[in-house]
Amino acid sequence: MAANDAAIAAGLGIGMVASKAQALVADLIMVDLKPEDDLRELERLALWFLGNFAPIVAADPPNGIVIDTTGADHLHGNEVMMLTGMINRLRAMGFAARAALADSWGAAHALARFRASPFLVLPAGESAAAVLDLPISALRLDAQIVVALRKLGFERIGDLEATPRAPLALRFGPEIGRRLDQILCRVPEPIDPIRSPEAVSVRRAFAEPISAAETIARYVGRLVQRLCIILEEQGLGVRRLDLICHRVDSGLQVIRAGTAKPVRDAPRLTRLLCDQIEAIEPGFGIEIMVLSASRTEPLDAIQAVSSLIKQPEADISDLVDVIANRGHLIYRIAAVESDVPERSFMLVPPLADDDEIGWPLHWPRPSRLLAHPEPIQCLALLPDHPPVNFTWRGIRHVVKRADGPERVFGEWWKRDKELVAVRDYFAVENEAGERFWIFRQGDGEHSDSGPGRWFVQGLFG
Amino acid sequence: MQNRAHFVSIEELRDRIERVSSVRRQKSVLPFGMGPIDQHLPGGGLALGALHEVAGGGNGALDGAAAALFVAGIAARTTGRVLWCVTRQDLFMPGLVQAGLSQNRVLIVECRDEKGVLDCFEEGLRCNGLGAVVGEVARLTMTASRRLQLAAEASGVIGIAIRRWRRQAEASDYGRPTAAVTRWRISILPSEPLPVPGIGRARWYLELLRCRAAESADYVVEACDAKGRLGLPANLANRSPSQDAWTASAAR
Repeated sequence: MAANDAAIAAGLGIGMVASKAQALVADLIMVDLKPEDDLRELERLALWFLGNFAPIVAADPPNGIVIDTTGADHLHGNEVMMLTGMINRLRAMGFAARAALADSWGAAHALARFRASPFLVLPAGESAAAVLDLPISALRLDAQIVVALRKLGFERIGDLEATPRAPLALRFGPEIGRRLDQILCRVPEPIDPIRSPEAVSVRRAFAEPISAAETIARYVGRLVQRLCIILEEQGLGVRRLDLICHRVDSGLQVIRAGTAKPVRDAPRLTRLLCDQIEAIEPGFGIEIMVLSASRTEPLDAIQAVSSLIKQPEADISDLVDVIANRGHLIYRIAAVESDVPERSFMLVPPLADDDEIGWPLHWPRPSRLLAHPEPIQCLALLPDHPPVNFTWRGIRHVVKRADGPERVFGEWWKRDKELVAVRDYFAVENEAGERFWIFRQGDGEHSDSGPGRWFVQGLFG
Repeated sequence: MQNRAHFVSIEELRDRIERVSSVRRQKSVLPFGMGPIDQHLPGGGLALGALHEVAGGGNGALDGAAAALFVAGIAARTTGRVLWCVTRQDLFMPGLVQAGLSQNRVLIVECRDEKGVLDCFEEGLRCNGLGAVVGEVARLTMTASRRLQLAAEASGVIGIAIRRWRRQAEASDYGRPTAAVTRWRISILPSEPLPVPGIGRARWYLELLRCRAAESADYVVEACDAKGRLGLPANLANRSPSQDAWTASAAR
């Protein structure tokens, strides 16, 4: 029996017998398992991952999805950000998910189920040591073999690894040895990737394997041109473009390029892919190259703005794509309606619509905001005078001029603790003319509004 | 007569140098709108399609607060988007908006390291749809700055490197030669005195440490206003004596 969070909270567990669960909880809603429906949904989810996260994705029934993230994490910042992004988006869709990133399919499979909470990223080369401590049920063996191994006293994968292979193989067949080798990265375990039926892809097989960067770049250019012709017929533009290189030794090398807007311009797409050519390891040579547009969006011709009506705005989506595909974060900052400085802005995509809200500008604001407010030691007359002097990072500043207080109330609709919280902001200038943005927690009169500590939060120019 | 001949030969030499050097005669400039600075700079303003260097003085070398505002003021007076490449993002956008640079125009690129900043800086300068490209770097070698300068010349976009260091000791790096056309240092001065308690408009001590084809110079200016323009302090600008007397008495 499977169970959701509410059921687990009521005292039921995964794998419990149905009659026992019904005895524990009255009015229990039970739905029969439909493996075919589950599998179909899993494949749909895998397709969603293919479009949004990585080029090599496959369903791993009954309840998993396996993803080869090589060459795809840079589009999401880094590996941790990619995994948290996956989990958050799955959670928003109503799935409870756990994810692990490891050196092999087997290790990731085991760690996601037994260690991840809700995610785990292991550096390259460390997953072999991490899996030795897991129970043998993490090894993707038949349930009967697991039960039999338990009877023999094997509990952990490490125990199996330390045992001679021959007696195990004699008794249980070659399965245990194969799974052990797979989880410890001794034998490769290729993923058979799903392809979405509507994905546009072109392929080219080579009579002689190629390996020079210039040759690869030349054929990438030709493949992109062919792809663009097909896309033009269908009126589509590319958002995610995958180049999958099949090596002679049956390894896969993948690079992925993402764009901020649908694109069908061959030189631009070629450049995005060729920027990453050094990430391809050709090994003994590449025999097949497949270029596939795994996420496409409609792209229609639009009328250009005439310079008679208004000045056309330069298109910078090209630059944005180049920078984003090199693994840098690119964003714009937009206003959020909040008086608390660190909550008053959010990051938006570089090509998002213009922010119309803006900030109120009747108080001067600093040009640099410290990552966290830093505590300072202060001498000030309460309740509403600015400090006479303060010490920040071990240096004492004597205040010559000051402005304030500017009172910011806590946002009680966000957190109960902020119901009566208050911050009083001052702009102060020291003898040298350096200006600081400092605040006091609390109004200086009522101790429940804040403890009265002082912080510096920003620097004026 | 002899004087005139001397003058002509100097002009001719300048022409010849411009012809042999890679730098073309800078046609387009961005004036500051302040007489003393614009008259001093060759061409009457800050050259577009060139690399400029800006750093803060004193603690400003580490926090770069005034330098950011000075650069925001320059970028505000260009048209088009502004690419701002950093390694640690601590810009507070409301502050930049008050220097005239709208939040909708600024694209921030956060790079892992300085190599990435230089990479994006150059990429931005090669794209001619931008108004200005800003990069915050600590180290800027001759080679790197030369690449940036060439990219800026090709596209006509103004490039500004904000030099910002982690430690005060590293700030001596600012003396090393680079290919930048101008080099500025902005130090904070006590603000303009007000007749009432409070902080007046910020004032900067602006040093033009190096400028191609002009002498170095220094100015005392008022910080950028809401349109990104610098101002002349009241006691330096041409005012009637009575007003000066009033300011002086208020300061006391």
